[in-house]
Amino acid sequence: MTQLDAPRTAAGTGSVPRVRRGGRAAWAGGAGLVAVVAVLGYLPYLVSRGTQVDLVGLFALVVLGTMWNLLAGYGGMVSIGQQAYIGIGGYGLVYLAETVGVDPFLSVPVAALVCALVAWPTSYLAFRLSGGYFAIGTWVIAEVVRLLVTQVDAVGAGSGASLTAFSGIEPLYRIAFVYWMSLGIAVVVVVGVYLLMRSRLGLALTAIRDDPTAASSAGVRVTRAKRLVYVVAAAGCGLAGAMIVANTLRVQPGSIFSVDYAAIMVFVVVIGGIGTIEGPVLGALVFYLLQDSLADLGNWYLVVVGGVAIAVTLLAPRGLWGLTRGRVELFPTGYRVAVRR
Amino acid sequence: MTAPLLEVTGVGKRFGRLTVLDDVSLSVAPGEAFGIVGPNGAGKSTLLNVVNGVLSPDAGTVRLDGADVTRSGAAARCRAGIGRSYQVPRPFGGMTVFENALVAASFGTGARGRAAAEGAWRALETAGLTGVADTPAGALRLLDRKRLELARALATGPRLVLLDEIAGGLTEAEVPALVETVRDLGRQGVAVVWIEHVVHALVAVVTRLMCLTYGRVLAVGEPRAVLADPQVVEVYLGSTIGTDDPVVEGTP
Ligand SMILES: Nc1ncnc2c1ncn2[C@@H]1O[C@H](COP(=O)(O)OP(=O)(O)OP(=O)(O)O)[C@@H](O)[C@H]1O
Ligand SMILES: [Mg+2]
Repeated sequence: MTQLDAPRTAAGTGSVPRVRRGGRAAWAGGAGLVAVVAVLGYLPYLVSRGTQVDLVGLFALVVLGTMWNLLAGYGGMVSIGQQAYIGIGGYGLVYLAETVGVDPFLSVPVAALVCALVAWPTSYLAFRLSGGYFAIGTWVIAEVVRLLVTQVDAVGAGSGASLTAFSGIEPLYRIAFVYWMSLGIAVVVVVGVYLLMRSRLGLALTAIRDDPTAASSAGVRVTRAKRLVYVVAAAGCGLAGAMIVANTLRVQPGSIFSVDYAAIMVFVVVIGGIGTIEGPVLGALVFYLLQDSLADLGNWYLVVVGGVAIAVTLLAPRGLWGLTRGRVELFPTGYRVAVRR
Repeated sequence: MTAPLLEVTGVGKRFGRLTVLDDVSLSVAPGEAFGIVGPNGAGKSTLLNVVNGVLSPDAGTVRLDGADVTRSGAAARCRAGIGRSYQVPRPFGGMTVFENALVAASFGTGARGRAAAEGAWRALETAGLTGVADTPAGALRLLDRKRLELARALATGPRLVLLDEIAGGLTEAEVPALVETVRDLGRQGVAVVWIEHVVHALVAVVTRLMCLTYGRVLAVGEPRAVLADPQVVEVYLGSTIGTDDPVVEGTP
């Protein structure tokens, strides 16, 4: 049927050069990642519990930024309602561990699965909207989810609930276990997105990022790819929500469904560099350090964060990682052909 | 007579109160080259958008190989064999030239791995872009962007290629090569619908020509007969320009 599949006799019939996928950079990036993870994994033996609790917050930021980048940076979906899934993840953990009696560590991935199951039908609703309407729509959906959750007495209705399922574990261990779990989730999420972007789906998503109309005209099933991304991002945000609740042992509708998360995710991705895998990780680190060092400033901290955001968007429109201008790649996803000229 | 590969029947399209296509019909046989001319704003590009599924028409049907595809999306139609180049190039700017073609080869044909890379490379060879394979598409000049449009359309493994003004901006020496490429497609059984203001290039290849004005078919048939039609001369060619119009044209 497809006539062009037969070898063409047009100009130049030289065979296809070797396609390279950035092998050396991938090995270097992989080695760097292993080293960083090894050091972070050993930290519970060295640092205080307070520091571990803080670092779980950093890992949650890495997960949230990576997920929002997948949504907005690759899928072109500017969602300001991911707190819906952060909340379902957090509440899901509490409900599964407290009411159903599932092991709390097992409850975390199960809660993420619930997020994916909720996101699938929700996408059909959200995808009826586009652009700014999509953004507002996701926020509305998050508010609806929050209102629904506050009707559920089993999870404390409007006042929230505590996570007591860990109480059998001595705090020293509990904090270390939650730390390791969160580190593991962050690594799985970042590496998972990297592998996704190297895959066939990643090729489609990169094309969608650059021009959805041209992508569909080249055979890319744009809506299907976006839906998959939306569902994956919901699960990822659910993991982050569960991590946050496992870390603080408390869930409240006002904070876990807070639209602040939307602002934080945008900040992390825009500061770090949208449309790259490294960017959100860098952005998460920057936000974490700002948050940490400005904690004493009270509300002024928001002013400083806003100032940093403005400065970076003006001076480095492609984010901090964009300053490398593609010269450094820790997670190469492209295809290079070795052309001899 | 062979069954048509593409059959457009009674297509209408409006943007608000502006009627851009009004009862347009055409049919293209497998391997046939079909030309479209018409003044600016006649609705030529819009017609291609309706054929490849980027826009859905308000009236009429589009059939590919006998199957009604009027309600299917652009991706499905591409997979069914319609390749498309855009008048205003739409490169995947953050991807390399090779990756651009690879997207088309992977998702247009369903090929994977080596087969997809080979399809992409052949398309780049045909379009003369192998030398810039690793260049980001966003950094290309207009002419190379147009070549990339052609490469991407070909990489999808089409049975029907829709070309929208790809000769504009080519030098006089480059036009014959493009004409040869289009002829080559015909030899391989690939049908072509080609919109072009470089009329002599069109006349060199197409077996039939259609003139569109204000969204209506003014004339269709044997190219020289259509170009000689007094109405076509009046609305499109003007009284002084014949088929030997300047080769190098500015693109809008
Ligand atoms: N998406 C759109 N929304 C509104 N109007 C549109 C849209 N696309 C095209 N038009 C209008 O429809 C008319 C036909 O446009 P089209 O691009 O099909 O013309 P064309 O024949 O390809 O012209 P040209 O030779 O300049 O490329 C124009 O008046 C244009 O402004
Ligand atoms: Mg046009």
